[in-house]
This record gives sequence, structure tokens and C-alpha cells, in this order.
Amino acid sequence: MGVLPIFNGKWMVVARTCSEEQTEALGRAVGERLFPGAVLLLEGALGAGKSVFARGVARALGISGPVRSPTFTILNVLEGRWPFYHFDLYRLDDETALLELGMEEYLDGEGVCAVEWADKFSALSTVPSLSIRIVRVDEHCREIMLAAEGLEYKNVCAALLPKGELTGASAGD
Amino acid sequence: MSTMLILGLETSCDETAAAVVADGREILSNVVASQATVHQKYGGVVPEIASRRHLETINAVIDQALAEAGIGFADLAAFAVTYGPGLVGALLIGVSTAKTLAYAAGKPLLAVNHVDAHVAANYLEHEVTFPAVCLVASGGHTSLLYLRRRGEAELLGATRDDAAGEAFDKIARILQLGYPGGPAVEREAVRGNPEAYLFPRAKALQDGNFDFSFSGLKSSVINTVHNLRQHGEPLSTADVAASFQAAVVDILVEKTALAADKTAAQTVLLSGGVAANTLLRRRLAEVLSAADRLLLCPRPELCTDNAAMVACAGYDLYRQKVFAGLDLNASPGLDIFQQ
Repeated sequence: MGVLPIFNGKWMVVARTCSEEQTEALGRAVGERLFPGAVLLLEGALGAGKSVFARGVARALGISGPVRSPTFTILNVLEGRWPFYHFDLYRLDDETALLELGMEEYLDGEGVCAVEWADKFSALSTVPSLSIRIVRVDEHCREIMLAAEGLEYKNVCAALLPKGELTGASAGD
Repeated sequence: MSTMLILGLETSCDETAAAVVADGREILSNVVASQATVHQKYGGVVPEIASRRHLETINAVIDQALAEAGIGFADLAAFAVTYGPGLVGALLIGVSTAKTLAYAAGKPLLAVNHVDAHVAANYLEHEVTFPAVCLVASGGHTSLLYLRRRGEAELLGATRDDAAGEAFDKIARILQLGYPGGPAVEREAVRGNPEAYLFPRAKALQDGNFDFSFSGLKSSVINTVHNLRQHGEPLSTADVAASFQAAVVDILVEKTALAADKTAAQTVLLSGGVAANTLLRRRLAEVLSAADRLLLCPRPELCTDNAAMVACAGYDLYRQKVFAGLDLNASPGLDIFQQ
């Protein structure tokens, strides 16, 4: 699993995983560096591995039980080191639904939010967060782009790199 | 002997339902206002629309349930309501309504677990011989329960990721078959060859416990469809639908039969929306009859979400004197064992 830095106005790293286990491990590596109030915005097609990544985050938070799909309930709350708010916006089509769900309270809360299908709602793109875009390369491999929106998320990205550094100069711009 | 009438309310997902059931057995009315047509155009349930619709329709649905039963509020002994699991906004409408009615009438409030209610749907139609095992499979649930006797359920296993009905919905979307996915995939599968593709069952079936997993199967179907499309090869949606359905049914049947064996259950009950699947009912009946076990399943309108099953499960709580306080809250992530 390789991780490369990129800088194009945002702090980003790109990782390539070649199994479900590797995608979960990347989620775990990210989860280990999160903090109360952290927000992860996940995007990717059906079957890309959003839930697998989210499961890795949950494991890092010390959640050992099943991490069930929130598709039906829209939000599953799991108790870990901090609360884990696992959203799935797959079935939502209206931005007012986010308000009615009281989503901003969770985003500003003391837990970690992982939001699947976050790209359906442009309102979420202004939230300080780590966006995670998962693209299917082939049956097993995924290209996973992590983009930091805010300094604390830049550090999460940097920690994934071998030297633990993420600077503009090393990004080859 | 006087009959005991319970009003049941159900608003956990996209049906607004009210029903009057006498003595936990006889359905006097069973009214369901479905939002399926509203959701059809969005390809799924729209929760924010769902809770608003519940609010708009619940009073009319209750009035109709009482009118059809030919009774008034004063005739009711208790109020039963689904308080979880489900969509929080949707659940709150039913819970708030039931609390208000119970308080106004000075009668007990009964907090029903939605999965328990699906089990209880069987008691509306069948005399069940215990011990029994029940498979509840729907868009939001896939659970196997052991029933020592009526009203005493123990969770044997549940899905670790996606629910069976959710897998049907997502595969229907990949194949562009429409919503709801269960009936759409089943219709398409009729013309297909269930052995055209061998989708994996092993991962879902290994390790001998009673948990389910459908995400691996979902990924495998998606990969197959992607690969065929990428290489410009002909894609028979009927074959994919049939092969996928066969895999889901194999997993459900095998785990359920194993649970019946291990617990020496006399009877196996089936409930939830996926119970409407013809192949599942046929295969399960075949496997169980070979082992001299009886398969029972409620009629289709009692398999999908309804309030008669809630009133029926509420009756068991009433007999056990398990009453809820007026501080009852919706519990969207409720598990069957967290009662």
C-alpha cells in the first residue's frame, strides 16, 4: 500500500489499496489520528469500499462489534473512545433533510463523524473535514484520495506518509 | 370473559400504520398508509419526507382503524407503539402520538421492538409450537431469533453489515431495475439462469455462527457487472438477478436450517418484507420438511410493516406487565437484545 503526497491548493495524499483488508487498515490508520469533533466525508460508487473504510475508523476508536450499514437508519451511533456517528446519505435527496436530521449538531459534537455519500450535498463541502474519495481501479484495487480541509486534518494526512511530513515543497508542484 | 383491545402504531420507516387487535390474536382493523409510491420516484425511502408524511397521516390512519374496528378510544385497554429500530424522525411521530393517547386515556403504554413485532406477526395467523426459530429479513434487518415461548425471544445472530433487503435494493439499482428492489429483482430473475454466475456464499456461511454478511456478495455482483460493462460484453440482467437471488436465498436458508437443527426447534417462522420472496419460501419449506420441521409465514400484508403485529407484540408485553413510562423515547439503533 503506497501513499503519495500531492498539493494542488489543498493538502492531499493518495493511497492505493489492493484488498478490503488494506482499505480497512487505511481507515484504521486515519482513525488512530482523529480527535473529538473530527469529520470524515466519504465518497465513492456503490461497492467502492466506503463502509469498509468506516469500519477501520470504528476499529481505531476501539469499537469491536459489528459496524452495520447505516443505509436503513441513515445514522448509526456506536460507542467507542468517543462516540462514532456513522451517517449514510444514500437515500437522502433533499438538503433540508440534513437540517431535519440535526446533522450540524453531530458535526459540531464531541464524537467522530463519518459521512457516506457526502458528495451528494454541496452544503457539506464547506465543513472543516477530511474528504476521502474512493475510486475503483479494478476488482481488488482502489485509489483513495484524502484531502484535508483545515490544519488538524493536514496533520492526519501527513502522518500517513513514511516521513510523517507533508509540505508544499515535497509535493512536486 | 371480556376481550382486551390494543391499538398498535407503527411509523419506523415508510408506512404509517394503525391497527386494533383483540386478545393478541384477532385483527379488528389493520390500516396501512404506504409511502412506496412517493419513494418510488426517488429510488428509496426519503426520511425527511417520511416523517412529514407520518405526521400528516397518522391521525387519519388512527381514526380509520378505530372506525373499521367499530370502537372508540374508551374501549381500548392499552396503546402499543414501535419505538425502535428505525429512522429517528419517523419513530418519534408514533412514539409521541402513543404517549399522548396513553396519557389522555389513562391506559398503559407498551414499547414494542420492531423486530419482535415481525416475529409476532406469525401469532396473528398461526398456533405456533415451541421452541421455534424465526428469520426476520427486510430492508433494515436480517436477524435470527430463538423463541422459547411466545414473547420470549433470544437473538441468535444478525447481519454484520448489510440487511438482505438492502442488498436487493442496491443490486436493483446497479441493474437499473427500479424500487423497491426485492420484487424488481425477483421479477427479473424469473427469466434468468440462477447458475449463470457463481456468486460467493462461503464467506457469509463460514465460522458456524448465526450472523449474516451480504456486503461481500454485493461487491462480487457489482464487480461482475462492472467487468462485463467495461469489456463491452453482453450483460444479461436476468441472469445476474437470478444468480444473485439464488445466493441470498442459499445463505438465508442454510443459516436458518442450521439454527433450527442446533436449537431443536419444532417450528420455523419467517417474517419481514423479504419473506415475500417466492424462491426463499419454497427452498426453506423444502429443506425444513426434509427434517420434519414446519415452516410458517404470515400472509404478505402481515410480513411487511404493519401495526397489527405491533399490537400483537404489545399484547405479550401487557400480559407480562411490562409497561413503558411516559418518558419513553425513540430508540433508532435498538437491538433485539437491548430490551
